[in-house]
Amino acid sequence: MSEYKVILKTISIISLLGLIFAVSLSITFEKSNPLIEQNKIEFKTKLLNEILDGIDYDNDLVNTYISVKPNELLKNKTKTNAYLAKKNNILQAVLIESIAPDGYSGDITILTAIKSNDEIIGSRIIDHKETPGLGDYIDQKKSTWIFNFNGMSLNNRADPDWRVKKDQGTFDYKAGATITPRAVINSVKNTLLFYKENKELFND
Amino acid sequence: MIKEQIKDGLWKQNAGLVQLLGLCPTLAVTVNITNGVALGVATIFVMMLSNISISPIRNYVPESARVPIFILVIAGLVTIVDLSINALSKPLYDALGIFIPLIVTNCIVLARVEAFASKNSTLPSLYDGFFMGLGLTFVLIILGAVREIVGNGTLFQNVHFLIGDKYEFLTIQLFDSSDGFLLAALPPGAFIALSALILFLNLVNQKR
Repeated sequence: MSEYKVILKTISIISLLGLIFAVSLSITFEKSNPLIEQNKIEFKTKLLNEILDGIDYDNDLVNTYISVKPNELLKNKTKTNAYLAKKNNILQAVLIESIAPDGYSGDITILTAIKSNDEIIGSRIIDHKETPGLGDYIDQKKSTWIFNFNGMSLNNRADPDWRVKKDQGTFDYKAGATITPRAVINSVKNTLLFYKENKELFND
Repeated sequence: MIKEQIKDGLWKQNAGLVQLLGLCPTLAVTVNITNGVALGVATIFVMMLSNISISPIRNYVPESARVPIFILVIAGLVTIVDLSINALSKPLYDALGIFIPLIVTNCIVLARVEAFASKNSTLPSLYDGFFMGLGLTFVLIILGAVREIVGNGTLFQNVHFLIGDKYEFLTIQLFDSSDGFLLAALPPGAFIALSALILFLNLVNQKR
């Protein structure tokens, strides 16, 4: 075989295989994507319901939201949805997503539910890439640490309380992993600040 | 023929301890047994798939372009597996999450395609993929167990992510996790545990 024939053969085989996999990938994507999206919505509904434990609301939560522009407090890079829980059309609680960019590795996405009296109902970690077995105790699936926020507000807690014990605060931490909780605490606190400063946004 | 693949995969050519391939996911993921099993099973699956995809077309793959072709096939298969698990079982996907795409970067998959599937017929290639993966899985489980016990004082931590919430009771707390030896939970601890395993394997081989 001449050199050109070999090159031609190589190119056509790679292209053929590329085509086969492009087609099978797109078929898999088309088939799986609706299911994946549905899973996401179910997961979100479950999470929203769980975090609003004890709050009475009667609206379709997943579809009642306002769009929040990127801002300094929430550190969101794109528009995010803030969900509104209402009873007889009166606002009971808001669910705000925030990002802690200063964790140990990558962004930590947090969802915080706030009552209309500025008190935290609860916070949950939606997504993080902290070290497994070390910084990941902030995750509700790994430990109860995140429940420390329940009931806290800017009014009932002084500034020094919003710190880990190592920094003379009230939050537990795990030796060797203090960067992660610091980032989360800061972000949740900023979420409360954001709510306080932007109440008119939620009350229309 | 199959005996040879069993022996090679589990002991003589063990992916984790002898060939020392795919160390990146091996060391990073094995914080506990659950992770080890999850990554191991996913790897077995991908290795079987990639071996039986390459073996039938081995005579048509040009020598000079074989590596890009192998990578193309492996990456394509892993992506399909990744999407399918995400669609079929979200809890399992959340537990395995980052590990599945990581399989593409696991050299052992490419190494077996290159060293075995591209030179042998389909059935032996299937066996090879399975037992090589199984050998790696055993290493992952032992590493996970050691690091979990020493680092965190637990066994079967997070096992309910894999088999359902009602099995959460399987997690055993041996001692308080704050007394754990932090190094074991970190990647250097994985290196040390792995070297101990290699030492053990070489000792046994020497005695023979």
